[in-house]
Amino acid sequence: MIITRKVEFSASHVCRVEGFSEEENRRQFGTAANQHGHGHNYVLEVSLEGQPDPVTGMVMDLKELKEILNRQVVDLYDHRFLNYEVPPFDRLVPTTENIARDIWQRLEPHLTGSGRCLHAVRVYETPDLYVDYFGEQPCSA
Amino acid sequence: MFRLTRRYRFAASHRLHAPRLSEEENRRIYGKCNHPYGHGHNYEVEVSARGPLDERTGCTANVRDLDGLVERQVLAAFADRNLNAEVAAFGGAVVPTSENLGLEICRRLKDHWHETFPGAWPKLEKIRIAETARNIFEIEADEIK
Repeated sequence: MIITRKVEFSASHVCRVEGFSEEENRRQFGTAANQHGHGHNYVLEVSLEGQPDPVTGMVMDLKELKEILNRQVVDLYDHRFLNYEVPPFDRLVPTTENIARDIWQRLEPHLTGSGRCLHAVRVYETPDLYVDYFGEQPCSA
Repeated sequence: MFRLTRRYRFAASHRLHAPRLSEEENRRIYGKCNHPYGHGHNYEVEVSARGPLDERTGCTANVRDLDGLVERQVLAAFADRNLNAEVAAFGGAVVPTSENLGLEICRRLKDHWHETFPGAWPKLEKIRIAETARNIFEIEADEIK
């Protein structure tokens, strides 16, 4: 089965590729390329795949999951300018895709194990734009 | 692999009436959706594209290009229209249920996908259409022949 926990964080970013001309950045990112940046209320959904423990009846203790999400993601991302304050976005464009992959890499070592694994990371940049990332390897729990 | 999903909205009217069935059968099957002058919905359509990252831009698909494709192929054709009267696909025996509307949207996007995205990636993965918040239909691009 798949279980999902949702958290929110707010952050600002600017989407520009260093080697691109102003016109190329506009064409790729539209107004998200505006020099001084802008912000979003991001919503993060983290899904785990696994079987409930026969004694506790839980795939994972959601209190523990909440604490991991806060420690590994929200504490670092919330109310920050991603390009300036959150590596690796000093060198990677903080697109929704790159944010989803960075969150996956931060969470995966803490979530996979004992009959469960990280299944998907979904990041909503707005209610009308979101990205699902499933990692590079298929889940095998 | 990444899946990028973008949500769009349009309002349109329709009447569910199958020309191959009698008036009575239509009333029985479609109920209030068969009322003679039709009715409307605020449709929400999610379009999902799948692919690897362009590592330079950090993008799976150019969202502005996707918006342009959906605007030309879907919103311009359906927004604030009467689907039965104004969309050729629903002029004959095909009833504009949300199943058929979803298939028509998915077909239009699939047919024109490579004009906007000429490379191997991104691919159109699926569309999801909500007729109301309670009635939701999902169609994989592979279902379209």
